[in-house]
Amino acid sequence: MTNKKPTYSFLVLSILLLICFLANISLGTASIPIKEVFSSLLGVTDNYIIQNYRLPKAITAILVGSGLGISGLLMQTLFRNPLAGPFVLGISSGASLGVALVILGSGLFGGVFATALISKWTIVIAASLGSFLVLLAVLLVSSKVRDTMAILIIGLMFGSITAAMVSVLSYFSSAEQLQQYIFWGFGSLGNLSWNEVLIFFCIYLFGIGLTITSIKALNTFLLGENYAKSLGLNIKKSRLIIIVATSLLAGTITAFAGPIAFIGLAIPHMTRQLFNTSNHKILLPAVFLFGAVVMLICDSIAQLPTSDYTLPINAITSLIGAPVVVWLLVRKRKMVF
Amino acid sequence: MKENNKHIILKTENLSIGYQSKKATSVVAQHINIELNQGELIGLVGANGIGKSTLLRTLTSIQQPIAGTIQLNDRHLEDYSAIELAKTMSLVLTEQLMSKNLSVFELIALGRQPYTNWVGNLSEYDLSVIHKAIDQTNLSELKHRKCFELSDGQLQKAMIARALAQDTNLIILDEPTTHLDMYHKAYILKLLQKLAKDTNKTILFSSHEIDLAIQLCDTMIVMTNHDIIIDSPCNLIEKSVFETLFPKDLISFDKSTGNFRVK
Repeated sequence: MTNKKPTYSFLVLSILLLICFLANISLGTASIPIKEVFSSLLGVTDNYIIQNYRLPKAITAILVGSGLGISGLLMQTLFRNPLAGPFVLGISSGASLGVALVILGSGLFGGVFATALISKWTIVIAASLGSFLVLLAVLLVSSKVRDTMAILIIGLMFGSITAAMVSVLSYFSSAEQLQQYIFWGFGSLGNLSWNEVLIFFCIYLFGIGLTITSIKALNTFLLGENYAKSLGLNIKKSRLIIIVATSLLAGTITAFAGPIAFIGLAIPHMTRQLFNTSNHKILLPAVFLFGAVVMLICDSIAQLPTSDYTLPINAITSLIGAPVVVWLLVRKRKMVF
Repeated sequence: MKENNKHIILKTENLSIGYQSKKATSVVAQHINIELNQGELIGLVGANGIGKSTLLRTLTSIQQPIAGTIQLNDRHLEDYSAIELAKTMSLVLTEQLMSKNLSVFELIALGRQPYTNWVGNLSEYDLSVIHKAIDQTNLSELKHRKCFELSDGQLQKAMIARALAQDTNLIILDEPTTHLDMYHKAYILKLLQKLAKDTNKTILFSSHEIDLAIQLCDTMIVMTNHDIIIDSPCNLIEKSVFETLFPKDLISFDKSTGNFRVK
């Protein structure tokens, strides 16, 4: 009830993050003892698997989980809608269209798009371009539209247009191409080289930076747009910054890790329930920590420790996350929003 | 009679209000000449659809006037930057809060937004202003409650406290007494009267509680189809202005008691 300091919760979450981070590196097809993990991380020994595979993957998981959570939080506050997520602006559909054009369209267009050219970088670039173009369209329209709700609808419309185009493309594609496209849609945190992680991290930092400068605006938005305006907030500018931040975060994540579902929608809700606050000064770091923790756990489970199988991360996030959200809402009987 | 020694906070000259689009201009009201003095409680009354909200929206710079000028503290309203305006004029609107998960204290603290730094940290001074606003509205026992736990009357008090925390010369409220019971209508308007007196702020509100407004306001603005008249309630009664407020078929104004009676 009272304004008790959330320091305790932050401490617990930080420790949890550290534990999950270490566990994530340690678990996998071949389990690596924690001792070995420590000594490798501290640079005492060289462990090829940790340094070139497990560590970049764990870092990617942290960036993806926290980034998606934060962009979901931004969209839910901006659109005053608990159903909003990082992909409401059509970012993920844009990325899907880009990737679909490269993978599925290669058969249709042939020539330059010859299948041999489909490397990981082509897909990353196609996904980025796709989400960027959809975003640009949404931004152009939103600069003309006054009503924030209209932007939400416009984002959804762009989403369905691109989804329809992907359907048409898949109809004309071969089974192999479809499979390749579906695999991209499963999402994947591994397979990122250090170079890619570095680029990912830089864009991510920029997006987080923009978000931090918007904390005050986000809290003002809690009163509603007219009150926010009466408090001297430049609505259009703040809205633009928030949309750009979301797009940078969600767009890069989709480009590098595929369209990862659920995290962006669920993490902000879980965090609000746990911290029982709407204050973004608390919510933002809490969503960061919580998103990272959940993504690390999901990834560890997806690896099916000690087995040779790896489940699609996209399925795990929903399988683990959805029941948790339901449980939280039922237990508290009241949604905190 | 206007007292000349009083400072004029807001003044309009030949103001026309309404809606403008590329094709047509629809004027809601014109030739509005009003002056609001410091430390006064001013009630804005008129029938539904007469343009009270349009007038308030224009005075608060939410929409543009069609013609004429508005001067706030002897400066044109359009010359104010958003932040300057936020430090001069605060609002209590009819729209619902987007998040009722804020505590009363957090809600009131948001009134300090125009003064806080880029991340919104509250200084000692900000806190003292917030606590003063809480005391002035008798909210100290409720300050840790969440907004969704409050009654309509309590929430309205919290919104008024938020406007007080914004520390402006002028507070404008759009129908602050809707949804409230008779006791709380009187309570809120009485509170506004007290605040205007104690803090020397100018408080303008629109309302349908004409009899309460007559008893409590220093000045009233009466909007009718033909005219917009601003004067003290006594003078307005004497000049039989309230009789022109509504069509005469159902209710009539009783000068001796200062309220309306069903025929």
